Amino acid sequence: MSATAKVWALHLALLAALYAAQFLLPPYYATNLARIMVLAVFAIGYNLAFGYTGLLSLGHALFFAAGMYGMGLPGYLLEWTALPSLITGLVAGGAVAAAVGLLALRTTGVSFMIVTLMFAQAGYLTILYLAPYTGGDEGFVIEAAGRSIAGLDLALDGHRYTFALLLFAVALLICLSLVRSRFGRTMVAMRENEDRSRMLGYNPFTIKLTALTISGLYAGASGAAYAILFGYVGASFATIQYSILPMLYVLLGGAGTVIGPFLGAALMFTLIEATSGLTSAYLFLVGAALVALVLFAPKGILGTIRERWVRWLP
Amino acid sequence: MALEVASLTAGYGPVTVLHGVDFRAEPGQVTCIMGRNGVGKSTLLNCLMGLVPATSGTVMLDGTPLHSLPPHEVPRRGMAYVPQGRRLFGPLTVAENLAVGDLVKGHAAARLDRILTLFPRLRERLTQTASTLSGGEQQMLAIARALCLEPKVLLLDEPTEGLQPSMIALIQAAVLTLRAEGTTIVLVEQRVDAVLKMADRVAFMVAGRIETTLPVAGLAPDAPAFRTYVGV
Repeated sequence: MSATAKVWALHLALLAALYAAQFLLPPYYATNLARIMVLAVFAIGYNLAFGYTGLLSLGHALFFAAGMYGMGLPGYLLEWTALPSLITGLVAGGAVAAAVGLLALRTTGVSFMIVTLMFAQAGYLTILYLAPYTGGDEGFVIEAAGRSIAGLDLALDGHRYTFALLLFAVALLICLSLVRSRFGRTMVAMRENEDRSRMLGYNPFTIKLTALTISGLYAGASGAAYAILFGYVGASFATIQYSILPMLYVLLGGAGTVIGPFLGAALMFTLIEATSGLTSAYLFLVGAALVALVLFAPKGILGTIRERWVRWLP
Repeated sequence: MALEVASLTAGYGPVTVLHGVDFRAEPGQVTCIMGRNGVGKSTLLNCLMGLVPATSGTVMLDGTPLHSLPPHEVPRRGMAYVPQGRRLFGPLTVAENLAVGDLVKGHAAARLDRILTLFPRLRERLTQTASTLSGGEQQMLAIARALCLEPKVLLLDEPTEGLQPSMIALIQAAVLTLRAEGTTIVLVEQRVDAVLKMADRVAFMVAGRIETTLPVAGLAPDAPAFRTYVGV
């Protein structure tokens, strides 16, 4: 079997396993898995910026929140139906990422990280400031009528899982195609050596802005899906925690691997779920697990597997 | 294509490294730049590519000014650069490294075939990750990737540095083939024997200036110029 065939077989097998999981898991765990898939879409997008292009952003909470509010506000304020609201959320994530990128990409490294963090904090404060429209700290609930697309009631467990899986499948396969394309290799070239890429005729600003915008589209799609699937939009999703979470998912699963973000999201979610039932200091246990990861598998789980055993893993 | 540099001045912050460089690389010839460590040879190549901005002076490629262009536009005008230390994209395979180099001209099987004919060893390593290649193979890949741009002028910064003799011979053969095909080459090199084999003219650099330019035809390995300007 060729490496390409193995790659596609692996990713399709993952999607098949996730499809089957909804029939095997109890509803509570299936709902959790739907949540993991939606968050994994966020992490896949983060990975495109950080893992493949080398853009260490702390502003992705803003893109996620843009998707979430872009989806929720049209229904909440203007009584839009679900589908156009969802599309608005997706576009909002990409548009905000592009706007932030236009300014933040004039910086690099730590400066880029700080500038994106500042934008995200400004976004969070704006949500609080505009409380009469956004619901402020409390947020708002999306009514059942605003959570139905083409007869699919996304408040129902089965429909919610199907929608989350569809979104995840599209996100995963687009990501796989993208990183194996010429543009994907260009992103890696940019991460590895920006000056060298420039010497091959690439404009680093354009490449990085494109990558960040695509990453924002993923974050927007994830935020919009989270809102419609779980029926709530709140300012807590715009806090720095939601900029750090996708980074942790990616680092845990393996930066620069396609499946890594999903694996990282699943493990981190499960770890928090398991340890929070044991102790209120569960973040301490999560931290210890991350320290162990950095010590023994600094390239993340799939990054290490790829380096040591499975070289063809994208 | 002729590359003409006139009164080029550049440096890093307050430190001026190039103090009005003047030289001309003749079309289809190999012009070597020699000099002691720290005289500004690599800075000159970086400045020609726009990586180190020129504070004054001009860089003209067949009459087209390059000195005012952003760095990523320079390769698009026909000048490619293989820097010291190769700087490959380590996690990418040989084939992927070459594909990344294809942007400006677009993918062309005939061009790739020609490049792999020049470096047959790379053809055997297409699926191998660049970081796992030997030093000589990495140098071949760095030159091959630059050739994907179909450059009219190729800048090479110490291409034989740290390589074993058999690899040096292969690199030298490739340079001579490119010269025979009409590529203008500007070469920074420290090894006198390599210069005598590859170059048509040698420009000796002292303290950020080209002191003198001599034809290689009249130079012996122990010529006074090498002792004076290079210290060998």
